[in-house]
Amino acid sequence: MSLARDIVTIAAVSAGAFFFLAGTVGLLRFPDTLTRLHALTKADNLGLGLVVLGLLPQAGSLRDGLKLVSIWLLGLLAGATVSQLIARTARRRETAR
Amino acid sequence: MSIATLFEIVLVAVMLGLGIWTITVRETYSAAVGFIAYGLLVALIWVRLDAVDVALTEAAIGGGLSGVLLLGAAARLRGAEPRAATAPGKATRAAAAAVSVLTAAALATAVLLLPDSVPTLAPTVVANAWATSLANPVTNVLMAFRAMDTMLEKVVLLLAIIGVWSLASDNAWGGRPGPRHQADPQGILVFLARLLPPIGIVIGIYIFWTGANHPGGAFQGGAILASMWLLAVMAGLTDMPPVSSRWLRFVLVAGPGLFLLVGIFGLWLGPGFLAYPRTLAKPLILGIEVAMVLTIAATLGLLLAGAPERSVRR
Repeated sequence: MSLARDIVTIAAVSAGAFFFLAGTVGLLRFPDTLTRLHALTKADNLGLGLVVLGLLPQAGSLRDGLKLVSIWLLGLLAGATVSQLIARTARRRETAR
Repeated sequence: MSIATLFEIVLVAVMLGLGIWTITVRETYSAAVGFIAYGLLVALIWVRLDAVDVALTEAAIGGGLSGVLLLGAAARLRGAEPRAATAPGKATRAAAAAVSVLTAAALATAVLLLPDSVPTLAPTVVANAWATSLANPVTNVLMAFRAMDTMLEKVVLLLAIIGVWSLASDNAWGGRPGPRHQADPQGILVFLARLLPPIGIVIGIYIFWTGANHPGGAFQGGAILASMWLLAVMAGLTDMPPVSSRWLRFVLVAGPGLFLLVGIFGLWLGPGFLAYPRTLAKPLILGIEVAMVLTIAATLGLLLAGAPERSVRR
């Protein structure tokens, strides 16, 4: 039972780490603000989500699990808002040019 | 070498690299962003050292609030930067390098000369935890064993806010701090400012409340409450109160004032200044902390809002 949980953890956290890596590479390599934001939100949403999903089997209690999930939800909310704000500012500058 | 050690070495290397980059980078704005990331890395290091209370404070104050202060300062300096870009002379640079090298050498010597068994009061703190019936040793030290320091710290916060206010121009004195923020009422910022504060206020109060027995406390909780207030102000949903308002000033002095009152109460009833009667220790500490979390939230919010800029129309 504990082996199965550990396998789920390793698989999901590794997948999350992969999305963080891919998001960082995209952030460094993509040509403009909007595509860079696209790369960044993949790391935030999927990467963090998979890491939280992987940590859930290791959480000692339902309380700890709910805390982990709420961290992911708050991360989603913050990430989505900030990327919207940055994207709008970027587009306004582009149309002003 | 274990994975944890490897992670710590990488963490320290990244932190040192980021620190050097923050110092050497040209633009003030980039340096401020570097400093925020640096603060978050330092918080991670405190977590690795099992000092979660310090980590929370570092993330909230070192990474968050001082980061926002620095970003604001960078935005204000943007116009003045080209003029100030002239490089300092050779003598100034040599003097700065000499002072830096001497400071680093003195610090390194001090660390190398530390005695092998470092003197610590930690066992004494743990052994005397029963005196307050709080389980978090950090809260015990802050609120009971070294309560004097904490009280004076709150007075320093009060002095800081007076210092910021004194930068106001004569006709703005007593007015509202900072500009009136406007945001698109259908926009995403307003949406966040309506959605997040209910969650943030619960988390702020939780962090404060759990500080009695787990990492957390009035300062960390107060910082979260302050950021929720500032979010609502920045989205234009509410305005900063004028600094002359009576209730605002009452909230600002409530924390240190109640602390001082309880301290004098201890002088009168108990063995000395700031000594709590044993049976009342926990409720008294909790009462002081409730007043302090409000004071801290108001002070941090006002520190970020800056000096009064808009005079109150009469």
